[in-house]
This record gives sequence, C-alpha cells and structure tokens, in this order.
Amino acid sequence: MKAAVLVFPGSNCDHDAYHALKYVAGVDAEFVWHKQSSLAGFDAVVVPGGFTYGDYLRTGALAKLSPVMGAVKRFAGEGGPVIGICNGFQILLEAGLLPGAMIVNGSLHFVCDYVYLAAETSRTPFTGRIPPGSILKVPVAHYQGNYFADEKTLFSLEERGQVVFRYCTPDGRITEDANPNGSARNIAGICNEAGNVLGMMPHPERCAEAVLGSEDGRQVFDSMVSWLKERGK
Amino acid sequence: MREMPVSPERAREHGLSGEEFERIRTLLGRDPNFTELGIFSVMWSEHCSYKSSRIHLKKFPTRGPRVLQGPGENAGILDIGEGLAVSFKMESHNHPSYIEPYQGAATGVGGILRDVFTMGARPIASLDSLRFGRPDHPRTRYLVNGVVAGIAGYGNCIGVPTVGGEVSFDECYDGNILVNAFTLGIVRHERIWRGTASGVGNPVIYVGSKTGRDGIHGATMASGEFDEKSEEKRPTVQVGDPFTEKLLLEACLELMRTDAIVGIQDMGAAGLTSSSFEMASRAGTGFLMDLDRVPQREEGMIPYELMLSESQERMLIVAKKGREDEVRAIFEKWDLDVSVIGEVTGDGMGRVQWRGETVAEIPVAALTDQAPVYDRPSARPAVQDSLQSLDPAGLPAPSDLAEVWVRLMSCPEMADKKWVFRQYDHMIRTNTLVLPGSDAAVLRVKGTGKGIAMSVDCNSRYCRLDPFVGGMIAVCESARNVSCAGAEPIGLTDCLNFGNPEKPEIMWQFRSAIEGMAKACEALSVPVVSGNVSFYNETMGKGIHPTPTVAMVGLLEDASRHLVQWFDAEGDRIFLAGADRLGVHLGGSLYLREAHGKVAGTPPPVDLDHERRLQEFLRAAASDRLVSSAHDLSEGGFACALAESCITRPDGAVGARVVNPFAEAIRADFAMFSECQGVVLLSCRPAGRDALLAAARPFRITMVEVGVVGGEHIDIEGVARVGAADLHKAWREGFAKGLGLDG
Repeated sequence: MKAAVLVFPGSNCDHDAYHALKYVAGVDAEFVWHKQSSLAGFDAVVVPGGFTYGDYLRTGALAKLSPVMGAVKRFAGEGGPVIGICNGFQILLEAGLLPGAMIVNGSLHFVCDYVYLAAETSRTPFTGRIPPGSILKVPVAHYQGNYFADEKTLFSLEERGQVVFRYCTPDGRITEDANPNGSARNIAGICNEAGNVLGMMPHPERCAEAVLGSEDGRQVFDSMVSWLKERGK
Repeated sequence: MREMPVSPERAREHGLSGEEFERIRTLLGRDPNFTELGIFSVMWSEHCSYKSSRIHLKKFPTRGPRVLQGPGENAGILDIGEGLAVSFKMESHNHPSYIEPYQGAATGVGGILRDVFTMGARPIASLDSLRFGRPDHPRTRYLVNGVVAGIAGYGNCIGVPTVGGEVSFDECYDGNILVNAFTLGIVRHERIWRGTASGVGNPVIYVGSKTGRDGIHGATMASGEFDEKSEEKRPTVQVGDPFTEKLLLEACLELMRTDAIVGIQDMGAAGLTSSSFEMASRAGTGFLMDLDRVPQREEGMIPYELMLSESQERMLIVAKKGREDEVRAIFEKWDLDVSVIGEVTGDGMGRVQWRGETVAEIPVAALTDQAPVYDRPSARPAVQDSLQSLDPAGLPAPSDLAEVWVRLMSCPEMADKKWVFRQYDHMIRTNTLVLPGSDAAVLRVKGTGKGIAMSVDCNSRYCRLDPFVGGMIAVCESARNVSCAGAEPIGLTDCLNFGNPEKPEIMWQFRSAIEGMAKACEALSVPVVSGNVSFYNETMGKGIHPTPTVAMVGLLEDASRHLVQWFDAEGDRIFLAGADRLGVHLGGSLYLREAHGKVAGTPPPVDLDHERRLQEFLRAAASDRLVSSAHDLSEGGFACALAESCITRPDGAVGARVVNPFAEAIRADFAMFSECQGVVLLSCRPAGRDALLAAARPFRITMVEVGVVGGEHIDIEGVARVGAADLHKAWREGFAKGLGLDG
C-alpha cells in the first residue's frame, strides 16, 4: 500500500499529510514532484494544502496545468482514490475532477479555526469508517474556501449523494453561524459521482493525533487504509 | 536615476555627518564616488552598524552551555539535545509598517524567516509583538487591519504557523507603531550554516528574485525620525512575495543538505551591499563582483541602485569552486534565478564592476570593523521624578468594582485576540500543542519527545517609568511565562525599540533598560543570542515609550508535561505561589491607565532571587504533574489573572470562588488590580493539595490556598463578583468592539 503526496511549487501541507499517513495511519507514503507525469505504483493520491503558485491568478488555476495532473486524472478515471485537502480541493475543482468553484470567504478574512463537520456519506474511500451523521472536529485554514456552484449543480450534488461533509454546530445542526466561510449549503467537502475523488476544505491531517486537540481527522486516513486493504493493496 | 557628484552636502542627504564623511575620505584616501557614498551610507546607518548601541549591547550575557551561535550572525542558535538545535531571532519592521502596513508587516515576516533559514534551520513557528496607538485613534484601525493581514498573508502562504505574540495599545504609538517579528527554526547540528565568504577563488552566487528598484534606502529610512513627509517615503517600503520565498526556502534547505556551499546570507537591509561585505568581513576575505550578472527586473539600473536595492527574497551564496552546477540545478528546479556574480578574493577589498569598469573599491574592514562607534551622552530626563510621583490615596475609589473589572478585561489590550489569531494559520506543520491565548505557545519537536515554549513580552509603561526595572521585568516576565508552561528558559532574542539616540534622555532609557535586562538575564542564567535595535521611533519629535521586547525560548524535555494558563476542572483548588510578593503596586498599572487615565508611579519591585526560585518550582511542579494550570499575575493584577484562568479556556468559561488574598484594610480596587512581580496562580486536583504544598517548600516559595474552581460566578469574596459567562462574552467581543472592526 503506497500513497503519493503531490508537491507543487507552494504546497505547504505536504509534510503534514506525509506525517499523518506515515506516522499515524502507518501507510507507506512518498512525495511526488509536480513535474512527474506518472503515478505508477501508487494506490492512493493526496493533493495537499498550500498556496500553489502563490494563489496567483486564481487558487489552483496554475497547478492544474502541471504534468502530474494528467496522471491524477487517469488515476481517478480508473477508480483510484484521490483526496484533495484545502488547496488540493481547489486544484481538483480547477482541474474539473470535481464540480463548482471557490470564492473568497464571506468575512473577507483568512480563517484558521476548529469547526465541526457533519458526515453525510461513507461511500468514499476516505469516509468508509465514518458513519453518516457522525460529527467531526476538524480545523480549517483558508482565505478562499467559500464553495460556490449554480443551483442545478448543488441540487445534483445533493441528489446523487455527493455532499460528504457540511459545516455544523457541535451538536450537528446545519446553521449559518456554523459556516466559517459562507459556503453554499454549508458544504465543506464533496466527492465525484463515482465517489473515489474527495475534495474537502478542512484539514484532517491536522487533527489526527490527540495531542493536537482532536484526532477525528485520523478516521479519514484509517478509512483509506481499510478501503485499500479490502482491495488487497 | 543618475549618478550625482559627491559632496559633504550630498553625504548629509544620505544621513552621514560631516565627521563621518571625513572619516570615509580618510579610510579611502580619496573622495568616494556616488556608488561608494551610497554603500557607506547604508553600512554606516544606525540600522546596519549599531553604532550607537554596540558598546551597550556588550553588557548582555551571551554565553552558556547551550549556545552554539551567539549575536553577530543572522540568527542565534541553541543546542536542545539529540543532535538538534533551535535557531531564532526577532526583528523590527516598525517604520515600513507605519507607512504601508500590509507590505511593511509582510516583509518583516519574510525578512525574519530568511534570517532563520539562512542558518540551515527549517522555520517552525513565528510570533509577533505588535503595538499600536490608542484604539480610537483615526489611523489605528487601518493599521491593525493592514498589519494583521500582512503577517497572515506572508506567514500563511509560506506555511510557517504564527502561534502567538502580543497586541497592545498606547497613545505613545499613535504616530509610530511597533511590529516586531520573531521566528524559530529547527536544525541538526551538522547542517548549521553561517554567513561567511571563505576560500579564495570560491564563486559568489546570487539566487532568488530579480533585483528591482524597491526598498532603496530602507535601512537609512529606518535610521531617521518621522515627520509629516513620511508618507512620501512609501516607495522605500519593499514588496513581499511569499510564494517566491517558499521556493527559496525549499531550494536553500535542499542545497544545505549537500556540502556544495561554504556560506550563505540573506539580502535583507542594504541588500547586496550588506550581504557581500558582511560575509567577507566574517571570513577576513574580499570579493570581486560583476553587477552585469545580477538578475534584474528593471532596465537601466545603475550600480548605486543595484547595490542598495532591498528587493525581497534574495540570498547570496559562496559555494565551493567547481560545485556551481549543483547549486544551479537545485535553484532551476525551483524556478528561481541563479547567477554566479563574482568570486572570493584574498586582499580584503570589496570590488564591484559594471560594464567593464570598477565602480566601487572599498576595504571590507572600512565598512564593518572600522565603522563609527559612538558612546553617546546619556542623561536622566528631568520629567522622570514627576512621572514617578503617584499618590494612590488620592485616586477616587470606583463605586462599582465589577464594572471596572469587566471594563479592564474587555479593553483591547486585555480582550480576546481571536480576531487576530483566526487570521493567522497557527496549526500548520502540526506541532502546535497550545493554541494562541495562553502565557506561552508550546510546540512539539517531531521525532523527539521534546517541546519548545515561546513567549514575547514587554510592559512599556513600566519601561517608561523606570527603564532599568522595566527591562528586568521584560526578561523576568517572558521567562516566567515560559516556566508557567513547564519549560526551562534557555535563551532569548530581543527587539530594542527606542527613540532618537542622539538625545541624551533616550540614550539614558536605552542604557538603563539594557542594564536591567542584563541583570535579570544573569540572575536567571539566560543568554541573549540574537536581536535587533530600532532607534528613531519618533514622529514629529515625540518618542515612544522605551520598548525592549523580549522573546524567550524554553525547552520541555517531555512535551506532554506542558501546562496552560486556564483552569482544568471544577473542584480544582486554587493557590497563589509567591504570595509574600503581593503588595499595593499601582505604578504603571493597567488599572491606573484604564480607570484613572494615568501612566505614573514606579513599576512593581522585582526580587531576582525569588524569581529564580519561583520559576524552578514551577518547572518542578509541571514535571512532576502536580498542577493542572499556571498563570502569572501581570497586567490587571490578581483579579484579571483569576478571570483569565476562568475564561480563556478553549472549552468555555468556568467560575471560581476565592478569598481576597490581601489584608482587609487594603482598598478593594488596589487588592484587585495591583500588579505584582513573581506571583503565580496555580490550580491542582483536591487530592494533590498536600503534594503541591510540600513541593514548594524546598524552593522557599510561599503558598496560599485562595479558593476553588467552579460555579457560575467569578467571585472574590467580599470584594467583587461577576458572572463567568457575562465576562466571557465581554472579553470575547472587546477587541473588535474597541477598535470598531467587523467581527
């Protein structure tokens, strides 16, 4: 079982994702430079957070052009598990692997804080061990995490069970106050139709150990391990 | 820009006195040309040369068993065991941040990060000490917004967490804010690099961003007072590009894992000039540099501009001869400019060529070792006596003490700083064990069981009233904060922010503060390993309070034994450690300023022997897991320390019921808000009471049990009582409300 952690110019949560995979979840992990055009030998792909290309032009707009993204598309198309966290989510949106877009937070400020997430589906490789209805305490840290999509897309996301996480209160209510950035319908994470590609703004890798204040994020990586094991990886 | 003829008048425009101009002529044996004049002016500026401070800075203790690198390098380095070390420094970016808050603060962060990673360390944490004018001053809101966004914009992008710091307000900073940025990095001993240009014939390599016209004379700007024309100096503020710095950081650390280089230094203040001359000076060598090979962003730049530009995100490297291609390959991988621009020479001369001609030829020593050093006159200000006079009995006693209590806890100085910290990524790199809001930030060191605690501190009102005692307190308090987290203070860095050193009163403040700090450092066995001096913090002739900001670094051998300032559980017993140090001390207190509109009196007395024992006890109690929380009494005295332990908890406020630890005869407002040095509020499980009291005895620390955690109210029996939830709300909202910011 081997996971790729992509590294673009400006990735800065790459070490954190690597740490959570390797030292918490016990997965063999390797950094993959964005100029590589193959993901042969990898069983899962993590597109980590950061400020690829300084967020210049638009978040993720330049990173999607890197050679490795062609390989990610092929990998995802073959059903391989891909998770994009924060800037990684933004890149997956720009690359067209997930629908919608990100705009600046409603507060017009960067926001770094713990939030609560209501999990809605365990159909993805990263949420298999998270029963729907679970509430997770996970931090966010972003300036452009305000998820936006047209009504039709939002309707279809909900219809097809592609909303994976929503911002909620500590007791699980989906309210405006619980929404840290103004995201449409409190959406914090979505998957593609097939369910193997997940994008989420919150950072599970930052809360995978109890000493850091929460280990709820560990379930995302543990789910991935179980999913791969079930498939003999 | 054009070359201009050189004259004593032109030298004066460059901030050089007539005497200094003569000295240059003597050292060169001729008149300097325009480029050379520019080079001398920045290298001999206060900012780069420390000419007024140098003789006093020698008073600091700088040695110790852990010191691997003391002052004089880009950052200090301390051994933390297991082959690891911490590298850290703090630097001011006051003037640029006042003129252009976003870019000024952003490039302050960028500069200090480079100072740390140029030593080979990977930065893991930043803290900032920010001081603004009155919350209701018309410019304050704009400056707070800009500075906080600038720090966030740079730090978040490069991916180094901003884990703590301080934000305070005082009228004296209305026209001259302070932005002091601190960064700490981790480095393996064998990967430590220094800024040295040794080995005749070795190539001098320029890497990073291209050179433009930005920031020319930034160092000189920082060495003069402000006036009504300061706004016009906006073009001297540099513009930051954190994305390029992130690439530079990764490329440099990758390069440093090889042995292809000899030395490396960032191009900070005075850019190419200071990096080249300082590196040659440390190695006792010279250099030959060809400006035509410097990557340039703009056309038609003349040597004067190329040498003085402060364009950001650039480094100068001296590599081993024949290894140039290795260096080039790494920087090209990271899409950065890289160019061999010269070589190390053995004759002690710095030679600069441009278009085939020598445009500057200066002995390296003339700019460094032979730079002027001044023992400026100092004199105690005439107003000092009247400042120190205070008759507490004459202060009107407030009728509603609970109201005053809430007012103090919700003033922007004391209120929850979440509005600020939410904008900083304080969790990235997944080491942050204590989120912002406790006495000290605590980080784990991955791969070990160790932790690092950090605190920045200075009470500038104390320093105004008595700079010697204020200097001692700055050191003691930052060390106490670190000890309250259970960590041993192992070294500090400082930013010494003062007014115009040419005024004897300012020089007296500076000298006195340094002597006080040095005395406390000796008593607590804490070396000063790096730091910076910022003079000329004056606008229209009005100086700031002397503000020697201290950033203390502490080491926890077992990070899991760290402590926080907030109460843990209902039923826990509350104690005052060092209760014999309680007294009526209102001089310079927050209460005096907020409730009576005065900055007067003398700061609370310090007993260094007591301080040392107290801190040793705190660390022992943390290490033996005898306490659940520790928080020192500082601004706002006993009542505010108690309130903070109740309401700063991330899990929500809790109440407490305590007795008044002061004698009944003492006025209630004085008992609540007197500021005492060397007293700490502790809490422990009921069953741990006896063990805690026994542990205090060998350290001769007076312990008084004052109450118990729990209930809906924070109640000082017979004195004042507030609802915990109400106070919590006022404290949470106070910052945005006081500054008129959007929540």
